[in-house]
Amino acid sequence: MPTIAPAFADVTSSDSALRRFLHGLPGVDPVGLEARAASLGTRSIKTTAKAYAIDLAISMIDLTTLEGADTPGKVRALAAKAVHPDPTDRTTPTTAAVCVYPDMVATAKEALAGADVKVASVATAFPAGRAALDVKLADTRDAVAAGADEIDMVIDRGAFLAGGYMKVFEEIRAVKEASGPARLKVIFETGELSTYDNIRRASWLGMMAGADFIKTSTGKVAVNATPANTLLMLEAVRDFRAQTGVQVGVKPAGGIRTSKDAIKFLVLVNETAGEDWLDNHWFRFGASSLLNDLLMQRQKLATGRYSGPDYVTVD
Amino acid sequence: MSESTRLSVFKTYKLYVGGKFPRSESGRVYEVTTATSAAGAGGKGKWLANAPLSSRKDARDAVVAARKAFGGWSGATAYNRGQILYRVAEMLEGRRGQFVREVGEAEGLSKSKAGAVVDAAIDRWVWYAGWTDKIGQVVGGANPVAGPYFNLSTPEPTGVVTVLAPQESSFLGLVSVIAPVIATGNTVVVVASERAPLPALSLGEVLATSDLPGGVVNVLSGRTAEISAPLAAHQDVNAIDLTGADAQLAKELEVAAADNLKRVLRPRAEDWTAEPGTDRLTSFLETKTVWHPTGSLGASGSAY
Amino acid sequence: MTMDKHSLFEYAPAPESRSVVDIAPSYGLFIDGEFTDAADGKVFKTVSPSSEEVLSEVAQAGSEDVDRAVKAARKAFEKWSALPGSERAKYLFRIARIIQERSRELAVLETLDNGKPIKETRDADLPLVAAHFFYYAGWADKLGHAGYGPDPRPLGVAGQVIPWNFPLLMLAWKIAPALATGNTVVLKPAETTPLSALFFADICRQAGLPKGVVNIVPGYGDAGAALVAHPDVNKVAFTGSTAVGKAIAREVAGTDKKLTLELGGKGANIVFDDAPIDQAVEGIVGGIFFNQGQVCCAGSRLLVQESIQDELLDSLKRRLSTLRLGDPLDKNTDIGAINSAEQLARITALAETGEAEGAERWTAPCELPSSGYWFAPTLFTNVTQAHTIARDEIFGPVLSVLTFRTPDEAVAKANNSQYGLSAGIWTEKGSRILAVANKLRAGVVWANTFNKFDPTSPFGGYKESGFGREGGRHGLEAYLDV
Repeated sequence: MPTIAPAFADVTSSDSALRRFLHGLPGVDPVGLEARAASLGTRSIKTTAKAYAIDLAISMIDLTTLEGADTPGKVRALAAKAVHPDPTDRTTPTTAAVCVYPDMVATAKEALAGADVKVASVATAFPAGRAALDVKLADTRDAVAAGADEIDMVIDRGAFLAGGYMKVFEEIRAVKEASGPARLKVIFETGELSTYDNIRRASWLGMMAGADFIKTSTGKVAVNATPANTLLMLEAVRDFRAQTGVQVGVKPAGGIRTSKDAIKFLVLVNETAGEDWLDNHWFRFGASSLLNDLLMQRQKLATGRYSGPDYVTVD
Repeated sequence: MSESTRLSVFKTYKLYVGGKFPRSESGRVYEVTTATSAAGAGGKGKWLANAPLSSRKDARDAVVAARKAFGGWSGATAYNRGQILYRVAEMLEGRRGQFVREVGEAEGLSKSKAGAVVDAAIDRWVWYAGWTDKIGQVVGGANPVAGPYFNLSTPEPTGVVTVLAPQESSFLGLVSVIAPVIATGNTVVVVASERAPLPALSLGEVLATSDLPGGVVNVLSGRTAEISAPLAAHQDVNAIDLTGADAQLAKELEVAAADNLKRVLRPRAEDWTAEPGTDRLTSFLETKTVWHPTGSLGASGSAY
Repeated sequence: MTMDKHSLFEYAPAPESRSVVDIAPSYGLFIDGEFTDAADGKVFKTVSPSSEEVLSEVAQAGSEDVDRAVKAARKAFEKWSALPGSERAKYLFRIARIIQERSRELAVLETLDNGKPIKETRDADLPLVAAHFFYYAGWADKLGHAGYGPDPRPLGVAGQVIPWNFPLLMLAWKIAPALATGNTVVLKPAETTPLSALFFADICRQAGLPKGVVNIVPGYGDAGAALVAHPDVNKVAFTGSTAVGKAIAREVAGTDKKLTLELGGKGANIVFDDAPIDQAVEGIVGGIFFNQGQVCCAGSRLLVQESIQDELLDSLKRRLSTLRLGDPLDKNTDIGAINSAEQLARITALAETGEAEGAERWTAPCELPSSGYWFAPTLFTNVTQAHTIARDEIFGPVLSVLTFRTPDEAVAKANNSQYGLSAGIWTEKGSRILAVANKLRAGVVWANTFNKFDPTSPFGGYKESGFGREGGRHGLEAYLDV
């Protein structure tokens, strides 16, 4: 098991201590949080800043396919796109990773051989997480053994909502151990946690348990990443680093489809966590259709003409 | 001993300040007589009593007492204030005879006319007693702001109010200007009718036995112009009712009141027998508006 | 991935276009439906505070002009007040709609003349201006239901004097209720920000408002004094400094003029140890740096519970370091220019007093433009109730930080002021919000939020912050003979 940071040895010593700590975190006023997120959304990003932001956003994408219908062909196409998002312009950055189910990791790994694109795999009985711990750990080990560089796990929302914080905490630690060298992203499924107070608590719980990234959602529920829940998680990683010196990444996933949206998220990062997070080691977008919109905007900036869907590739 | 030979006991009229009955700090008094039109009075009115001639220091002491009482009185429940105002009416009813005599002498009224005045004054206490827990609903309420906020305006008492009681209507007028001010939680320093202060000083005795906390109403007698000047300029007085001032004095006092931006109620023609509206209640109320976010129940939707 | 890790995410300039507004080289007074010169031919220049560029030359009203304007308003009053309320309502609805149509133009104009960021004029001032007219328009034919009797009457001619911090919004707060209730008005805008009021005159023309119902007399304090003192004015409404408010109260003493005053403040923003801290930081920042702190209800005193002082100040300073000061027309600017050289001098002097009296000064790291009037966001710690900067209204981007230990002490310190306009409370404990809100002697209390405004919400102060309320049903009373 990974060691627990000394600062949190006491608060993670029992269910009740953990509960007291998490419930002692500052509350979140929803209206104020959403107003702040909306106000940052009015930043106007133009010309050189926009060009920079678009390339940065492309480089931060975990290009994702998580369908029952996924095939090796589909995954290979996705991998090719991750390496050369715009075949007509080789200056386009690669995406950060491709994100697939565990059984597709080997295919992805092979397709990405030699490229600077990571393979991320969802695990732990994604997306519901309703399986025994052994099964979740086996799922994780399989993915890592197949070559996954990153593991995207889901927390047990049922346990969290029932107040079983220690159970969630220990499960994250066990998955972290099973992940070995792979970086661990912990998915909260914010839409199911429902309240901002819960999202703040889950953020701290995940970070204390050793998450390398905290991630909003699976993309499989009605409400996924929003500016407000991402802002809240950025505040959490900022505060966690201030307190422990440990930097944790953030990944909003699901629902981010346009360049305009992506740039708003980058503004949130810039003005909340700061420039240390403006890097794909620390911030990711879990997305698929976003990439094509970024590419069309990139073409527009390069040529001055508006692009169209026929000028970017389908996956 | 027969009635005709018994010497009656005079009452020493005193101020009513902070729930106590002090003499004037000045040690001075002035002569109060019956109204010149009173039956049997030839030219100069008949001597009634020596009333305290309040000084600047009495005015100062009264403000201190009123300020001290403000927290408790404004913080009392509206229901409790209503009960106490009603208790004043009850106590007055029991001393009706005394007030009929005093008002008759003060205003030169026949016993039946004075009786009608006293009855009206008692009823006015009852009327305002019923207002204490209603005015907030009438003048306050929720404001439908365009955003995810709960927004509520409520009236609050202005604070310490100086009231120059009407000069002519020494009792009904007096009650009509005091009751609305304290009904809403203000405390009062009232300057009684200069010529006819006795009903006001006697009212102090009633208030002292009506569960009204000391200092909520403070009664001063003396020269209106002399007492009101320091009160109008006093930085710890929040409002002034100029009803008992003539035009010249009212203007001077309004100018002085501007120093700390007192709320000012200017003198105007009044019919004390008519049913009052709410404006004497609202003249000494502040509106406080409190906002609080409402938002959605959860973060999982843009339900707001 | 080959991104340059050291590239900053700098925002390129994103200026709003100036071309949406056409400022004439000169403007007259607007009296009886016409633009006219001042009787003595005097003019004054209005400059853009961010560049010191002269925007236009404006006729300067004197007492003779004020008299002419009052006469025009008096003449118009008879017909205007006799119009059915439903007709007055439609004029006001027209005005509200035209303001919405022209809001981008007016936002740019206001930013140019006042110096405040376009983000604020676009997202706060202009939407509120239109909403205010829209709200009071609806009252015009419903006055009998407002709780002031079955048929409340207007007062007559309203003389209105407004400040420079929200030029068009203050105009709306004054003119909309006055017209809805059937009064006619003579309005004097501030000498540093006359332009939006003159553009409003043009909106009155477009709306077909009868001449003389609205008269605009730009000028200095002497014009305001002449308006207040004019014997044929029935109602005086003033927003501005407490000192001038007192002078006006003396001036109208002994007359029948109805008076409402909306004056200074020294709002306490109280942060308890259980506050939603990130939102509190936003509220503190918005509370004192909105409109460069040139706001009467600004939360200029931060009262923070001593146990969380260090944590809160760290967060606050980190947040202040992200504020972007500069070209007010840039859509990314958070902090614009101070309105005038005179105001800048006053802020500077008070900040120096703060230092001289031993408070500790911290200034956000930002570069100030070389021309125009600028003051970097500043906060003072180690401030006590005895410091000048804890008592005097600075009316600038300067926050005084004080501490308290218990709720009682917080309330006592918050109320320890000659003013009583606004206050803020930050805590997650509901009963504490209500208990503290009850005890605060302030006209507007924002709990877990700050600086929110709405036409339906009454606004105004306790104590020396003035009297009367603007906004909501309460705001009608100031313009009715009740």
